Amino acid sequence: MVTAVATSTHSSFLNEVVRETPFGERVRSCIQCGTCGGSCPNGAEMQYTPRGIINLINAGQREKVLSANTMWQCVSCYFCTSRCPHNIPITDVMYTLKRMAIREGYGKDSDAPALAKAFTYYVDKYGRSFEMGLATRYHLLNRPIAAMKMGPMGLSMFKRGRMALTPSKIRNIGQLQAIINKARELGGAR
Amino acid sequence: MKYAFYPGCSLEVNAAAYDVSVRAVCQALGVELEELDDWNCCGATEYFSQDELTACAVIARNLAITKCDQLTAPCAACFLNLKKVDTLMSEHADMNGKINEALAAGGLSYKPGTVQIRHLLDVIYTDVGEERIRAAVKKPLNGLRVAPYYGCQVVRPFGGFDDPEYPTKMDELFTWIGAEVVDYPVKGHCCGGHMTQISEPEAYELIRRLLHSADEYQADVIACLCPMCQLNLDAYQSGVNGHFGTNYNLPIVYFTQLLGLAFGLAPKQLGFGKELVAAEPVIAAKVGV
Repeated sequence: MVTAVATSTHSSFLNEVVRETPFGERVRSCIQCGTCGGSCPNGAEMQYTPRGIINLINAGQREKVLSANTMWQCVSCYFCTSRCPHNIPITDVMYTLKRMAIREGYGKDSDAPALAKAFTYYVDKYGRSFEMGLATRYHLLNRPIAAMKMGPMGLSMFKRGRMALTPSKIRNIGQLQAIINKARELGGAR
Repeated sequence: MKYAFYPGCSLEVNAAAYDVSVRAVCQALGVELEELDDWNCCGATEYFSQDELTACAVIARNLAITKCDQLTAPCAACFLNLKKVDTLMSEHADMNGKINEALAAGGLSYKPGTVQIRHLLDVIYTDVGEERIRAAVKKPLNGLRVAPYYGCQVVRPFGGFDDPEYPTKMDELFTWIGAEVVDYPVKGHCCGGHMTQISEPEAYELIRRLLHSADEYQADVIACLCPMCQLNLDAYQSGVNGHFGTNYNLPIVYFTQLLGLAFGLAPKQLGFGKELVAAEPVIAAKVGV
């Protein structure tokens, strides 16, 4: 059980999270009601529920938060966001924590950072996602045993025409890449 | 009724059954879909984990190239992302400025609120409506027990056309085409999303809860409105059975496939046969097509 709320609302870590999350200042208004944790379909798998993680953010516990598995267990179902009585964008806070953790080299126990990286690689390159590419670039490289187990299922998908061997690519890929490069420059890749 | 159509990457291959059935049903209902020329991926949930401003700019390019005042997306994640960015740009001046600065590097701009973003269920339910849908029915799906499955991202938090906790619009739609609607408690719960790609045990548990509930309420099929939900419940169903020692055999179809059947279209025209848990046996037994 984590306790320590109002004492450190000026923590620099809290300020970082607020800065990186649109409408993140609402994190300061958390009343620890626990609606988010009680609504989370995957809360049982988390070291700290969303309520607990927000408490730790408010308490400035950077290391505990970024090394937790909480954000990697988030499935983006938005139950917490939709139910929060103070309209805290909790799902977006989870995205912020994912980005911070990836940037700072946390999240080594999860395959989620590798999936995010492989997925965005294809979007940047072709303008479209590419499932067969993910199967090789992500699954085979990061989780070969699980990938082998999924082989028969992949084959069934392929037989039914649900897997393409080549990616589809947009025509104005140069335009998309110019937008991406500018956004990276403006956002400092955050 | 004319709409810009954003199919999204899944509909190109993995959810081809959704693509063909969406197009066939819209044609039957007089809903004109004009595919957005040269649309790009919405980034799903993954891009937001890497880089938020870029994720938003990538999504916003699609809004910037939309020429219609209404844009419809059949995929839950695409719908959420398009709507999320439009909403963010409306409410957050700083993000709006930066996103437009990025768009300008590609010679584009977007004024938030210009394009109305609608999920296809909303278009069919609200704009086509009960009377015209009932009138289009040639082969009512009498006796087929359908469990409507909404999942997360169509109804939460941006949906706006249905209840975020206990949606009912697809339920109503199925009563209009004569199906028997299964009212089960987890229809707005999560399918696990990308968790099937990261850690199967957690995903299997989330999928099991849905299959268990639909099965307990004696559903013949589960109908969904999202390619990720369909993929998780269909392609990973045998994985769930192996993991828990269960023997679920529940076909997972798209809501548009069932509408198409009721409108008298042939199963092959609607992409039946692409699902891993075969739907045609139970459809043939209950509906006779």
